[in-house]
Amino acid sequence: MRDVYILGVGTTPCGRFPDKGAHILGREAAWAAIKDAGIHPRKIEIAFCGHVYQGMGVGQRTLKEIGLVGQPTINVEGACGSGTLSFWEAWRTIAYGQYDIALALGVENLSRVLSGGPLPLEEDDIEVALGMGMPGLYAMRAKRYMMEYDVSMEQLAKVVVKSRHHASLNPIAQYNKEMTIEEVLDSPMIADPLTRNMCCPVGDASAAAVLCSADLVDKLATKTPIKVLGCVAQSGKYSSPEGLTCDPSENVMRTSKMAYEMAGLGPEDMDVAEIHDAFSIAEMMVYEALGFCEKGEGAKLIEDGSTWINSGGVAVNPGGGLLSRGHPVGATGLLQTAEIVWQLRGEAGKRQQENANVGVIETMGGAQPSMDGITCVVSVLGK
Amino acid sequence: MSEEKTYNKPLPDFRPETKPYWEGTKNHAMVLPRSKETGKFFFYPRAMSPGDDMSEDIEWVKASGKGKVWTYAIHHMGPSKAYKGDPPYVVALIELEEGVKMMSNVIDVDVNDVHVGMEVEVVYDDVTDEVTLPKFKPAQ
Repeated sequence: MRDVYILGVGTTPCGRFPDKGAHILGREAAWAAIKDAGIHPRKIEIAFCGHVYQGMGVGQRTLKEIGLVGQPTINVEGACGSGTLSFWEAWRTIAYGQYDIALALGVENLSRVLSGGPLPLEEDDIEVALGMGMPGLYAMRAKRYMMEYDVSMEQLAKVVVKSRHHASLNPIAQYNKEMTIEEVLDSPMIADPLTRNMCCPVGDASAAAVLCSADLVDKLATKTPIKVLGCVAQSGKYSSPEGLTCDPSENVMRTSKMAYEMAGLGPEDMDVAEIHDAFSIAEMMVYEALGFCEKGEGAKLIEDGSTWINSGGVAVNPGGGLLSRGHPVGATGLLQTAEIVWQLRGEAGKRQQENANVGVIETMGGAQPSMDGITCVVSVLGK
Repeated sequence: MSEEKTYNKPLPDFRPETKPYWEGTKNHAMVLPRSKETGKFFFYPRAMSPGDDMSEDIEWVKASGKGKVWTYAIHHMGPSKAYKGDPPYVVALIELEEGVKMMSNVIDVDVNDVHVGMEVEVVYDDVTDEVTLPKFKPAQ
């Protein structure tokens, strides 16, 4: 297996862009990543495009806008993990020696798919027939978790306060204003115990990364190349042989353990992290699954403030996370990846975590009856 | 139970392998699949036991229809327009006496009275002529 490096990343802003199709957003992000990499676009040998709702051939429709035609372009779908699944595909095609230079792209225009509210789910799903939506699913996790570990509504709200603070320092974030605990709690209840401000927004964006093999990195790199130390994708298992959907922690734990092992590092080595906080409860549960604390202690990290930037611990979601930067589903994983690359290069501006040398990205996609998730992807990046 | 003439919400996907389950609910009985090899119930209904046995040798057994709320969420917003007028309603994971968890609704109760551990029993909601959904109410 060869080492793989990220030469460049690029994103659009996150927000509501009903007048820009996914292919227009995608064109902007792909072009930005290619320029950031400082390579001629024709050097790209293969492209992957993550998306969920953007229809047939969206990768090809996007890349023809910037002259990237002819090369294999593969559209990748893994629910909310589609962006990082696209990154994983690009990584492995280089790592295993098939190609030397690849583009990983993620696109989504949700404004053109739904006006607001939760993501549409598969209607013949036995759980969906009972009125379950994604907020409701996370709310059920929250209810059980809060009871088992004595977690308060204020602690759930504090996740959002941190997220909005980081996003206020991120020019591409969808929400860029600070928010108080009261404002989080006083927003309308969506699925008790989750209020609207504890749920990620509907939004549109694209993000991309250009990857290359270790053989070419010295020749091609114009900026600090970021090394992919570990990259693992794993699908969900049965939550339990008997049960239905509730807790994705096993999937995240299993995937991150494999990614840490590949990197030869552990959770204690991480300086920054971008994690899948689709709903505020997810952040604490992912702290545990990624090994930042013991089971049941996620709320302690929220309480002691150590996951804020430059607060003594791993800075979690310095870009604002899904809750505040936004969650344009197919683009999310590469937005997370771009943030970690900027952090490791020292290009993160006002939200720069000091001495950021190693970062981890976790994306968790979807829910299925009796499974703990659809796809989890975890990457570990370093300088 | 439902007075609606047209039912607009999503309906479960019927397949031959889930027929005993949905025929059961239609007859207001809860019939659950069980692995003959391990003797363990599983849910949702499907053609094979998802345990380590991975067995297609399953049997259908009448269940008690009783259980406890394992977790729940009060939905103040439905997943689609079809649920307009329903909120607030409760979606819950019910841990049945047979050891399986089933997602369902807890009905005939003030949503604020639902709690983890609440004892519940099945009631049947004939949502169309063909389809009956099992729901739960507080145990008598």
